[in-house]
Amino acid sequence: MFDQIGLIFSTLVRGLPVTIAATLGGIALTVVLSFVAGLALLAPSRTVRFLSRVYVEGFRGTSEMVQLFWIYFVLPVLVGFELVPLFAGILVLGLNHGAYGAEIVRGAVQSVPKAQYEGAIALSLSPAQRMLRVILPQAVVEMLPSFNNLFIQLLKSTALLYFISAEELTERGQLLAPSLPIAQLVPIYVIELLFYLLLAVLITVGMRALERVGARRLGRRAPRRRSTPPVTAGGV
Amino acid sequence: MNWDWDYAIDSLPLLFQGIVVTVELTVLGALLAYALGLVLALVRQVRVPVLSQLVYLFVEFIRSTPLLIQVFAFYYLLQPALGLRLSPFVTGFVMLGIHYATYTSEVYRAGIDAVPKGQWEAARALSLPRGRVWTGVILPQAVPRVLPSLGNYTISMFKETPLLLAIGVLDVLNRAQEAASETFRYVEPVTLAGVFFLLVSYPASILVRKLERRAGTV
Amino acid sequence: MDSHQPLSDAQAGTATADREMIRFDKVVKRFGDNVVLNELDFTVSPGEFVTLIGPSGSGKTTILRLLMTLEKVDGGTIQVDGEYLSHMERGGKLVPADEKHLRKVRRHIGMVFQQFNLFPNMKVLQNITEAPMRVLGKSRAEAEERGRELLEMVGLSEKVDAHPSQLSGGQQQRVAIARALAMEPDVLLLDEVTSALDPELVAGVLAVLKDIATSTEITFLCVTHEMQFAKDVSDRVIMFDHGQVVEEAVPEKLFTSPEHERTREFLHAVIDREV
Repeated sequence: MFDQIGLIFSTLVRGLPVTIAATLGGIALTVVLSFVAGLALLAPSRTVRFLSRVYVEGFRGTSEMVQLFWIYFVLPVLVGFELVPLFAGILVLGLNHGAYGAEIVRGAVQSVPKAQYEGAIALSLSPAQRMLRVILPQAVVEMLPSFNNLFIQLLKSTALLYFISAEELTERGQLLAPSLPIAQLVPIYVIELLFYLLLAVLITVGMRALERVGARRLGRRAPRRRSTPPVTAGGV
Repeated sequence: MNWDWDYAIDSLPLLFQGIVVTVELTVLGALLAYALGLVLALVRQVRVPVLSQLVYLFVEFIRSTPLLIQVFAFYYLLQPALGLRLSPFVTGFVMLGIHYATYTSEVYRAGIDAVPKGQWEAARALSLPRGRVWTGVILPQAVPRVLPSLGNYTISMFKETPLLLAIGVLDVLNRAQEAASETFRYVEPVTLAGVFFLLVSYPASILVRKLERRAGTV
Repeated sequence: MDSHQPLSDAQAGTATADREMIRFDKVVKRFGDNVVLNELDFTVSPGEFVTLIGPSGSGKTTILRLLMTLEKVDGGTIQVDGEYLSHMERGGKLVPADEKHLRKVRRHIGMVFQQFNLFPNMKVLQNITEAPMRVLGKSRAEAEERGRELLEMVGLSEKVDAHPSQLSGGQQQRVAIARALAMEPDVLLLDEVTSALDPELVAGVLAVLKDIATSTEITFLCVTHEMQFAKDVSDRVIMFDHGQVVEEAVPEKLFTSPEHERTREFLHAVIDREV
């Protein structure tokens, strides 16, 4: 009995590095794409906005599974070479969640009060300086809770890599399952789920820490209300 | 290597069977998620001791772990253990429903919280029975606000149906895969499956955004 | 106050002949169907302190926002120190200004806002040094030295390392004034700078402004409801209504014996409210 649990645990642990790599790689790509596409959604150029909109709606509108199959099964036929499963997985995770992240970035940038733009214009800052020095530092703090949710979605999506045999956590468990009696499946699924739960908690802990840093940099303290200046009717 | 229209058209009937399955799964799963989510939200709102905390843990646990593993665990472990024999299709929409109920419960909760406190007090001042306060005062105000969020989660469910391939449910993507495996031509069916998802979910999300603008969401 | 009056009279006397700091020429501004400014003409001389008064919706704030290039004109032209603001000359013709041109002319102009608009992601000193370093190309040491001087001038030396959110409204507004001055503007626009403040904080901000107005050669254009302040510091007061000048005069005259019925009504209403 205990031998079995030891075997199950050690087998599953071997899937953990792939799951973690896919999560971190996916998050890195997501962040990059979110900012590029999110800012492009606000670009002055109509063409740039349109292209970014196509990316965002395209990847939000089609299923992540379709994207995974397309990149792993269809793309090799078109370009003539196959992607390593983990790499294909990171690509899909990043492309898919980057499309959602773009809307987070766009929304947060737009939520920065217009008065902040005007304050920056009154100081003759250039458009790039306005964005990088004034708007984004404030917007990023607003984005953090939404990105926390998005990253947990991404973590959950790494299980889809099962379908392209990336040898991550879920697949390790499923490979093990048929050889064991039903009673032994309990530890498999319990351990698997706990691993994901643990990773989700780690993501949340990390993001909460960032939120605290961000709040401090904006001179905010929880509860937020206390530090916001009073806004008179018709202001902003 | 190139797009083959004849082949694409040939694969359509098979894809269509899958489309029907995808739509059925989404509709049944969504109905379950709407109903069960409301139950979860009410249990937490009414603050039954212990039960409310258990519901909270359940919601957080389900939301933080992959649907795919939940499907596996339910299909291969829980069902036999409980002596159930549900088909992959039923398992599929039940698990979709349960998973998304944890999301919809949060949506309802936010919707209920958004009803002004004065409404509760007014209802109490009229000595309305508790059940009537809910059905007559709170829910009618909360529901319109939550519709857009429920719509968004329904679209998410729709796009998640393909992972039920894991237990052998043949939705549209998996039909495409099946079509492809006979001829080793993946390009057309898989692309068509993607186009199908886009054709449904893009207009649906525009609709949700319209709802959002009208309802002032939570 | 008294020492200020002759000084700016002298300035105005010598300057109007050859130089206008601000010139509005048949300026039209609409928001949808609502005509806010209707072929507005007026000029301001260098070093002058001009206060704009009038009922809300009369277009006062719009004038400041046009000067700060936060809004675009729908007709007419604006010149600052002889340079077109909303337009630029290209091939002998006036065309709408591009971003580059706007940035060039903006540097002459600073603005203090009703809601302060300090940057919450920067501490007090950085709020002041940011633009001098990035726009004027000053070194950090230079910008910080000037920043500390300005903070001392507005009486906030000890708040150098504070977050804007830790300051009272009055303190935030004084930082905003220091921030605007750090850019060494020729023209400073004051947009209802005390309207968002608690009554007991108003005096401190006004004292700082009065001090700056008397000790520098900056041209001021001020929108305010503080009539006593307007009377004290202004060289000239312009009464607006429906996007046009009703009358203008030195404050002593305009506040005591206005020529137009509309001005009398307005002053009555405002002064009644203040008492």
